[in-house]
Amino acid sequence: MEFEIQDKEMDILLQNVLERYGYDFNDYSKASLKRRINRLYALDKFTSFEQFRRQIQTDSTYFRRFVEEITVNVTEMFRDPSFYKAIREEVLPVLATHPFIRIWHAGCSTGEEVYSMAILLQEAGLLKKSLLYATDINPGVLERLRKGIFPLRFIKQYSENYIQSGGKQDFSQYYTAKYDWAKFDEKLAAKMVVATHNLVSDSSFNEFQLIFCRNVLIYFDRNLQNNALQLFDDSLDSLGFLALGAKENLKYAPIFRKYKQLDNKERIWRKIA
Amino acid sequence: MAENSIIPVIQLIVIGGSAGSLDVILKLIPALHPRLPVAIIIVTHRKPSNDEILVDLLNAKSTWPVKEAEEKEPVEPNTIYIAPTDYHLLLEKDHTFSLDVSEKVNYSRPSIDITFESAAEAYGPSLLGILLSGANADGVDGMKSIKSHGGTCLVQDPDSADVDYMPRQAVEQVQVDKVLPADQLAGFINSLFLNT
Repeated sequence: MEFEIQDKEMDILLQNVLERYGYDFNDYSKASLKRRINRLYALDKFTSFEQFRRQIQTDSTYFRRFVEEITVNVTEMFRDPSFYKAIREEVLPVLATHPFIRIWHAGCSTGEEVYSMAILLQEAGLLKKSLLYATDINPGVLERLRKGIFPLRFIKQYSENYIQSGGKQDFSQYYTAKYDWAKFDEKLAAKMVVATHNLVSDSSFNEFQLIFCRNVLIYFDRNLQNNALQLFDDSLDSLGFLALGAKENLKYAPIFRKYKQLDNKERIWRKIA
Repeated sequence: MAENSIIPVIQLIVIGGSAGSLDVILKLIPALHPRLPVAIIIVTHRKPSNDEILVDLLNAKSTWPVKEAEEKEPVEPNTIYIAPTDYHLLLEKDHTFSLDVSEKVNYSRPSIDITFESAAEAYGPSLLGILLSGANADGVDGMKSIKSHGGTCLVQDPDSADVDYMPRQAVEQVQVDKVLPADQLAGFINSLFLNT
């Protein structure tokens, strides 16, 4: 990578973004954030840091692109199939006992995992009494989620993930393929509530029985991780479930003693206090 | 060795490899001196399957503790860290690990370039990068970055590599400090810290 933003420049840029737009990236893990910023700078062929900074400050459309590119939006359906198997077999039977099920996908990006969960609920006959709240910092990715249209070239992988997660139906019944795209059944989206939410600055907005936040906390420093986890704790019913990414952990967080990990190796914790 | 006087104190060794590199790593690790004041990070391209198998395999061969690198964990000397599959592994300035699941680089996640580039920035002249056998160009930009931050670059002799593309690209494109056959890598590392 040829251009390397200096630490001081990055500090200035993040401070500008906070003052101008109210988005606070100061407590994100620096190495990854810096790499994303360098990548965007090269991609959009800027020639000086000042030009880059000015564009972000003066052009709010470009700022949206900045947010979309420096936050990571790589996701997939039934990501880590053994995790979804555990959700299917151990969490859904508990949720089924509730009269009404509220689930929050925090930092859901383009929503592949929200659709995965809607499929699990439908197969368990629970979608009718469920609401899936899908939130992200990034309005652009939420537009894609609303459409429920995903690139067809990934569908083979998703279909394999689905089967490994314990899926027994014909996966192709959930979408219609057209050209290079697969559009998912609108019945799945009917129970989704889509909104922007910033885990750094926004507060709790409901009570949930299950919260997903997968591969978001890895981008936060320890302090910000703890704040987000506290927000989840404030938003979870007693005996609710918290589901994190495959390499994320509660064990260093202050809320740790209130939670018990399920008896498998998946990153799913249950609130016990 | 005469080189000792010109090479600054190495705090971290990053090793990258792809096709054909596992054999080299399995020979290198048992030949390391049991205690050296340096951390080693290994980034290899492999299928996203069970990481524990590789960690167990290396632990069985090594006198050093071998573990998968965890996010936010501080880098400790005399420890071997493995980059988890399907995540990029980055080094922070405060010498802790960060994980990242952004796009694949050179079709690879973990990407050797990403680990090498972030380590180059975090460790500067106290970094040694080693690039092994592989069929991919991943790692070459990382080696350039290590050089430009004052670190030291060592490449497996392409003639001793199972698949020579990766080390050959590095030799051609980067001013590497040393090219060594696979069976001399451990001896070289030991010699950086021991007066033999």
